[in-house]
Order: sequence, then C-alpha cells, then structure tokens
Amino acid sequence: MSAEAHAIETSTGIDSRKVAIWTFIGSECLFFASLIATYVTYRGKSLVGPFPHEPWTDPATGKVLEPIFEIPLVTLGTALLLFSSLFIVLALYGAQRGNRKMLLGWLAATIACGLFFVGMQVYEFTHFVHKGLTLQRNLFGASFFTLTGFHGTHVTLGVIWLITMFILAVRGQLPPKRSLNLEIAALYWHFVDVVWIVIFPVVYLMK
Amino acid sequence: MATTVLGHETHAAAAPSEKTGLWSWLTTVDHKRIGILYGTSAFIFFLIGGLEALIIRAQLFTPNNNLVSPDFYNQLFTMHGTTMIFLGVMPLSAMFFNYMIPLQIGARDVAFPRLNAFSYWVFLAGGLLMNAGFLVNAAPNQGWFGYANLTSRQYSPGLNVDFWLFGLQVLGVASLAAAVNFFVTIINLRAPGMKLMRMPMFVWMSFITQVLLLLAFPVITVALIFLMFDRFFGTHFYIPSGGGDPILWQHLFWIFGHPEVYILVLPAFGIISEVLPVFSRKPLFGYAAMVFSGAFIAFVGFGVWSHHMFATGMGPIADTFFALATMLIAIPTGVKIFNWIGTVWGGSIQYRTPMYFALAFIGMFIIGGLSGVMHAVAPHDLQQTDTYFVVAHFHYVLFGGSIFALTAGAYYWWPKMFGRVLDEGLGKLHFWLMFIGFNLTFFPMHFVGLYGMPRRVYTYHAGLGFDIWNQMETVGAFIIMLAFLVFLYNMVKTHRGAGTKTPADPWNGATLEWSISSPPPEWNFDTTPQVHSRDALWEFKREHGGMLPEPTHGTGAGIHMPNPSYWPLVTAFGLLLLNLGIMFSPKTGPWGIVVGTSVLFFGFFQWVFEKGYSEFTTPAHGAHH
Repeated sequence: MSAEAHAIETSTGIDSRKVAIWTFIGSECLFFASLIATYVTYRGKSLVGPFPHEPWTDPATGKVLEPIFEIPLVTLGTALLLFSSLFIVLALYGAQRGNRKMLLGWLAATIACGLFFVGMQVYEFTHFVHKGLTLQRNLFGASFFTLTGFHGTHVTLGVIWLITMFILAVRGQLPPKRSLNLEIAALYWHFVDVVWIVIFPVVYLMK
Repeated sequence: MATTVLGHETHAAAAPSEKTGLWSWLTTVDHKRIGILYGTSAFIFFLIGGLEALIIRAQLFTPNNNLVSPDFYNQLFTMHGTTMIFLGVMPLSAMFFNYMIPLQIGARDVAFPRLNAFSYWVFLAGGLLMNAGFLVNAAPNQGWFGYANLTSRQYSPGLNVDFWLFGLQVLGVASLAAAVNFFVTIINLRAPGMKLMRMPMFVWMSFITQVLLLLAFPVITVALIFLMFDRFFGTHFYIPSGGGDPILWQHLFWIFGHPEVYILVLPAFGIISEVLPVFSRKPLFGYAAMVFSGAFIAFVGFGVWSHHMFATGMGPIADTFFALATMLIAIPTGVKIFNWIGTVWGGSIQYRTPMYFALAFIGMFIIGGLSGVMHAVAPHDLQQTDTYFVVAHFHYVLFGGSIFALTAGAYYWWPKMFGRVLDEGLGKLHFWLMFIGFNLTFFPMHFVGLYGMPRRVYTYHAGLGFDIWNQMETVGAFIIMLAFLVFLYNMVKTHRGAGTKTPADPWNGATLEWSISSPPPEWNFDTTPQVHSRDALWEFKREHGGMLPEPTHGTGAGIHMPNPSYWPLVTAFGLLLLNLGIMFSPKTGPWGIVVGTSVLFFGFFQWVFEKGYSEFTTPAHGAHH
C-alpha cells in the first residue's frame, strides 16, 4: 500500500487514488449502461419462453413454463445489499476514528451481506437453469444472465476486496491514517449498490 | 540499503533496482522509458500495418490481379485498419502522453507509475495477440469494424475473429488503465500555478482524449463480450435466427467507434497547437476557444455515431438528427482551423521540419473535413457508403491529420527524448516524399469512389475507368514507403554520432519540457517549477531577458521516486493467459482460464502489497550498494 503517496501534494488536494476510483466509476457507468440498454432493447423480443413475467406454453411439448422471477428472494438480497452500504459507512467511521471494534464488526456485516447477495444469485441462476432458462435459450436469458452476471462479478470482486481489507484490519494494518484505503473500497462498494438500484426495478419490477 | 536519506525504512532490497539493461526496461515505471517503449512498439506495428497496405496496393495495381488470394486480402485490409488505429496511431499518441504530459505540467511522473507500466505491457500483449493470427494463417479477416453476423460462428468458424476479439479486448484494458492514469495525472499533478486554463494545449487535448477513452471503451468492451458469448456460449445477441439483431452490434460499435475517431485526432490537434506557435514565434491564437471547441467536439462526438449507419435504414427522424449533429461538429473544427491559421498569421515563421508537417496537417485535414461534411448529408452518404470515397475521406483525416501531426511531434520532440535534433535535410526530404506520396495515393480515391469502386474487394475488372487511378495510388503508396525509409535512415544517421548533443531548448520552446536538459534526468525537475502564466517557459525567458542558461541538474538526492517493479508485467501476462484460456477453452477446457485468472490475481496482489513509493533517491540509492 503506497501510504506514502499521501505525502505527494496534489493540485486538487484530493488523494490521486480517490480521483482514480471516481474516474474508474465514471467509466464503469458506461459499461453497465451498455448492458442495461441491451437488456431493455431485447425486452419482449425473445422467440421462445421462459419469460420473466408471463407464463409460456411450449408448442412442441404443450408444457407450461411459469414466469421465472421470484421477487421476494431478490428483494431480500436487494435490501441486504443496500443495508451493506450503510454498514460500510459505519465501518469507515470506525476506521477513521481508530475504533477497531466498530471497524471489524461493521466490515464483517458488510462482507456477510455481500456474500448473501452472491449466494442468492448463485441459487437464482441454478434455479432458473432448472426451469429451462439458459444463456442459449432466448434473448431474455442471454441479456439477463449477462447483465446480472456481470453485476454479480463486480459484487464478488468487491467482497474479495473487503475481505482483504478485513484481514488488514485484523492485523492492525488499517490505522486511521490509512483509512483512505477502506474509503476507496467503500466508494466502489457504493457504486456496485447504486448499479443494482437501477437493475432491480428495470429487470425485476418493470412489466 | 535499509535506510535512505530521509531515514525511512525501505524494502528496496526486494525491488529490482538496475538502471540499464533488459531487466531495467522490463521493470521500469519511469514515464519517459514507458513512452519510448510505447513509441518503439507502436512504430514497429505501424510499419507492419504499412507493409499490409503496400501489399493491398500491389494487388490493386492492375485489374484482375492475383498477387494475393481473396481471403488473404481480407486479412490484409482487416489487419491494416485494426493495426493502424489500435496499434499505430493510438499508442503513438500514448508515447507522447507518457513522455510529454508529466514534463509539460511540471510533474515528476504520472500519478500511478506501475499502472502505467501495466498499460504498456497489456498493450504489447494485445498487439501481439492480434497479430499472432498471421502465424497460423488465420489473421482476422472480417474488417476492422467486425460487423455482425459476419463474425458469427456460422460465417467465421475459424480462429480469425477470435484473435481480433480477444486482441481488442486486451487492448481495451490497456487503454482504460492508461486513461484513468492520465486523467488523474492531469487533474492532480500540475505544478503550482499551472491552472487548467494555463495548461499547454497538448495537455488539454490529451485530457479530453482520456475522457473519450474512459467513456467510449466500456461500450466496445460490452459489444465484444456479447460477441464472445455468441461465439463461445451459444447466445444470440447478434444472431437473427435466435431473435438477435445484428444492428445492435453496429450501434454499440459506433457509439465507441465515432468517439474513437476523436481519440485518434484530438492528440494530433494538441501536437499541432504546440508546434505552430513555437515556429511562428507567437502564442496560440484563441486559447480558450481552442479548449472549448475541443471539449465541444468530444461532447457532440458521442451523438453522431449513426452517421456510420445511414445505409441500415434508420428512418427519416434518426437520419436527420444524426446528419445535423454531424454537421454541427464542423463548427468547432472550423474554429480550430481558423485559430491555427490565426496563430501562423503575421508570425515570424521558421520553416523547420516539424513546421512543414504541421502546416501540411492543416491543409490535409481541411480536405478530410470537407469530405466528412459531405458524408453528413444522408442521401449523399448512401451513394458513398462502402466506396473508395470513404477510404479517401478517413485517410485524409487519419493520415493527413493524425500521422502528419504525429510526425510533426516526432521531429519536434525528438531532441527532448533522445538528445539530438534529427537531420533537417533528410527531414524535409521525408516531408516532401510523404506529402506527394500521400496525395498521390489518396486523392484519386475520391474519384474512383464516386465512380463506384467498392471498398474491401480484392480486385476490379478492367474497363470500368478504375485502372489509371489505381496505378497512381499504388505508385503513391510506394512513395510513402520511401518517405518512411528516409525517416528510418534519418534516425540511424542522427544517432550514429553525426549530430551534436542538443541543448535543453533547441527550438526556443514555450512549455516546461524545454526547461530541463535533453533528455531529462530520471526525476525530471530538480525543483518543481512555479507557473505564473500560459506559455510558462516563454514567460520565464521574457523575465530573464533572453534564453535561459543551460540547466544543470543535481544528483537528485532526496527526491521521491517510484520503485521499479515486475508485477505489472506479471499481471499483464496473467491477463493475456486468461484471454488465451477463453479463446482455446473449446479445445482445452477451463484450465487456461483458471491458470490465467490465478496469475492475474497473484500478480495483482503482489503489486498492491509491494511498496510503490519508498523514499529511495536515484543516485543516493546506488551509493548504498
């Protein structure tokens, strides 16, 4: 960790790593915008079911495929992910004030929420595949799995990042003067949450 | 070795510390060395792309020629376009970003030196991956634009498209990493007093370019991910049989592709805006107008992508919108051209080689710009789509524009980078050969294009009125080759000890890079300069009452310098392995992906936990051995 980079004065007075993560987040917006736009463009364009919100009868077998979404479970995952944004703020508060107990506790809570969300998504994906929705099946499957899958990958990377921070904190290597390291991870984590705030209504709620 | 002048503990023993030799280049994080690495690799790729163009022109010299097979011809024009854009012009611009931005803003290095090294190694990996197709006779052959559904498994079963797809994806990572780095560098590492509106115009145009890179590359990344999924996992994003729409690719590609045009040309605008004032002995005319017109071009540049798609039949409303937006861009571009003319106007012009190229740039770019406005007229565009008229247009902006400007930059900054001024006589010979060869090659393409000669077709029949023009074009292309041979000879001759070592400021420059010796010391500035105005160095010289004395540099003791590191190289290698892993996963299973990801993560974690900035100082460190 180049903590000494603090020592270099910057033109804006903001640490360069913080400007960098904001820059990266700005770029990531276009990444998710492209995925979401594609999902929206292909809404209702699937040639065969299963569909997100309406049942579909397979003309070949006569089998009825139920609407695929399970809103309650995803809502729970969404809620926990949103709460984790609060938890990481509390963890950062602890880190900045050298309150080790607060830092470790809330960071663990954030990681737990992140893990639950990823677990929820793994369950959801598996469940969908059993119900006949795959990447190959139709445009809904392709654009849904790609969009939520890349979001899930971002959450997973965020969890790995936060676990790394947790280990550092346990070892006492996250003192208040280095709390910026956690703040940068937190900015990324907030971004991943914000993206989900867009994805959840667009994908799951809009009919 | 454990302590340094500032008394802090360092782990320098674990870090590579050689100053010369191959290892020092593999581990360098010095922006100047990385700039030279970018420049050297890009120039080699550029020559390969040029060779591809020469074979194309040789094939088209006579009607019904069979010098190359139709399939190899497809590989040639695909790789020529892809190479010139992603492996030629972009990294040649990156060479100047690397070398000149920190010097022009008075910084010691970029904001993230190791990330900078990572960008370079990833770029090199992407370039090699892209070209590796030639080794197995399966170079990309679907055109640089990679239109769906030509790229589907059904129509392109071989590895050709895969080399392109993964090569481009890797290159995108390099561009994004570099863009974050330079964006932050310009925002945050300016010398005291270097306000935004005092930055040299090259820094401004580079800054806008980084914004374009940041916003445009994620879109092509997604487009390529869809393509990868279609080819490897059986999705139907672009495949009509599964309900997919091939036009989606065109939209995503051109939302990236049109800003990409400005990514290629805005650095050129910046270079020209440095060269013209210095050799006219006048400040840049209309500085603020230049800044805002550049920003406006970039902004509107995101709203014109569909003028590449008039032929897809988008309907009158979309056609009108994109036609008008495209014409709108002519206004800020015109502002720039008038400002360049205003800069030269009434100046005491010094006809040195960089000035020749810069002045030619204005003329050539106007021609390219005018044919660009013609494309904006949708009904007119339908007549020109996929003809040589389009080829003529974009070569006037990308060769007559970007390459002329980059060459001007090469002659201008060569003494700063390598300590010797390139030979003037050979430089002017280079210029005239390139100027004549360029126009002989590309001007007739306007005519054959309007006569209806299609692009990307390996031959043409006799008696269509194409023959004489094509022969002229081929002759012109070989004259361009001669021009670059003269350039190469000039480089060799200049460094065979013929030229004398150049002073710090051979051109009476206006910007800070000329205030330090040529080439600069590793730490750039002994003391951070204090800036009070635009054209800071001219201001220093005015206050001093003439040319400044030749700068003398200290030992650099006490200056924080970043540690060399090989982890960026390891991480870049992991990324390459990962992409190769996906590419060959149908045959080898997931092992390549697992190994690649492991190396990527391992390298990255080593990098993150390595000490990036220890307090070791350049020469003082050597004394501790």
